[in-house]
Amino acid sequence: MHEFVEAFRFIAHNGAIAGEPGLPTLTHLSLETLRVSAIGLAISIVIALPLGVWLGHLHRGSFAAINLGNIGRALPSLAVLAIGDAFFGLGLTVVEVALVVLAVPPIITNAYLGVDGVDRDLVDAARGMGMSGLQIVRRVELPLSVSPLFAGVRTAAVFVVSTTTIASLAGFSGTLGDVIANETSYHFSGVLGAAICVAALALAVDGLLTLLQRALTPRGLLLADRDHAAAPPAEAALAAPTS
Amino acid sequence: MGLDSPALAEHVVAAAEPVIPNYGAQSSSCVVHNHLFCTDWVSHNWGPVLWPALRGHILLALVAVSIGFVISLGLALVAHRYGWLERPTMIVTTILYTIPSLALFELLVAPVGPNVYSAEIALVSYTLLILFRNILTGLRSVPDEVLDAAEGMGMSRRQALLRVELPLALPSIIAGLRIAVVTIIALATIVYTIYNEGLGVPIHTALGEGPFKTELIVAGGLAILLALVADALLVLVQRLLTPWTRARAA
Repeated sequence: MHEFVEAFRFIAHNGAIAGEPGLPTLTHLSLETLRVSAIGLAISIVIALPLGVWLGHLHRGSFAAINLGNIGRALPSLAVLAIGDAFFGLGLTVVEVALVVLAVPPIITNAYLGVDGVDRDLVDAARGMGMSGLQIVRRVELPLSVSPLFAGVRTAAVFVVSTTTIASLAGFSGTLGDVIANETSYHFSGVLGAAICVAALALAVDGLLTLLQRALTPRGLLLADRDHAAAPPAEAALAAPTS
Repeated sequence: MGLDSPALAEHVVAAAEPVIPNYGAQSSSCVVHNHLFCTDWVSHNWGPVLWPALRGHILLALVAVSIGFVISLGLALVAHRYGWLERPTMIVTTILYTIPSLALFELLVAPVGPNVYSAEIALVSYTLLILFRNILTGLRSVPDEVLDAAEGMGMSRRQALLRVELPLALPSIIAGLRIAVVTIIALATIVYTIYNEGLGVPIHTALGEGPFKTELIVAGGLAILLALVADALLVLVQRLLTPWTRARAA
């Protein structure tokens, strides 16, 4: 318990340690962690979301969309960073590539399964009302699959924050992982304090995305949800038995 | 020309000193120059370095997934019977799943210590959400008519569970196991930060030595390969255990 008290003292001092001047503040490291993560997540969303939604709209490419998810998970972040380091040297670009490699699969898989799973009768009704393909995507399929779409993005966000800190182990500095990777300077209390910050950061990012998800969910669905159990939060769709 | 020679001499001196000090004893020119991939280093170090790391990695993952599976199966069976348990279990396992691995390992070191127990507790906690959800989804997906038929045949609740519900839930359960196994194999590379085991160990060594490219590529590649092989094995297991799913698809 003593360690936890020391860790919170470290957080209260914003990462300052007696006798070690010039260390970056925890605020600074947290913001940098968020910046690196946000870039990776944004690129992944731009690549993966339209692709997953488009494949789901066409009901095509299920094999690729679903198995991509498992391949992405099979790539250990540290291994991707290590191999990227060996080939190109470790910089922001390699880290962002590693983040995108890890974040794209869950977004594609969930977007595909979400849009693919929208009730066909509803899509037929929309078509009968004279909606074009694009209108169906925008006004029927996307609103109805907000929950799985966000499940994918939230999973990806968690992976990304996690991997951004792991990048410090591979020698990419500037993020909260620096403290965790440097027990010599920060002692265990500092490492623990930074770990608490990282965990809080990940939970906060997940919480923010959940709020955004609620705001974007059509009101009718929210009301309908109240009658059922809560929608499974993350990667629900991956239960789909495929091989 | 005269200006070039000191630079040249310096280059020769630099090349003569091993770049990778730890491997000095068996340094080939490839290792000394830290070329992209040195097969001789791999064959020399398979026995002393790579195989122990790989074996440790497999053990870490196997133990974590086994324990995680037993816990999740228990939780899912109880939640299947008593529906109100689903929500709290989901909330707890989701929070555990959301905490970044590096942070969770360190958070566990404070109460448990930097040992195999912290490593396994963290790894197990990452399997729970995946396995619990998939087992429960599988059990719930059994059609009511099938259960009615089982009851009509005189099966007790326990018999129906063992002989009807669990077999029908297998595809979903194995889908969950695939995700869990692959996730844990990936996460086990970070275990080295608190406990000296797994493929993270050679990756860490290599990062400290230059970085030494061959070791980075081999150790990272082994981790990826292990995950893919484990995934393929589980697909095979599913095919053997659930022949009816293929018959239906055909």
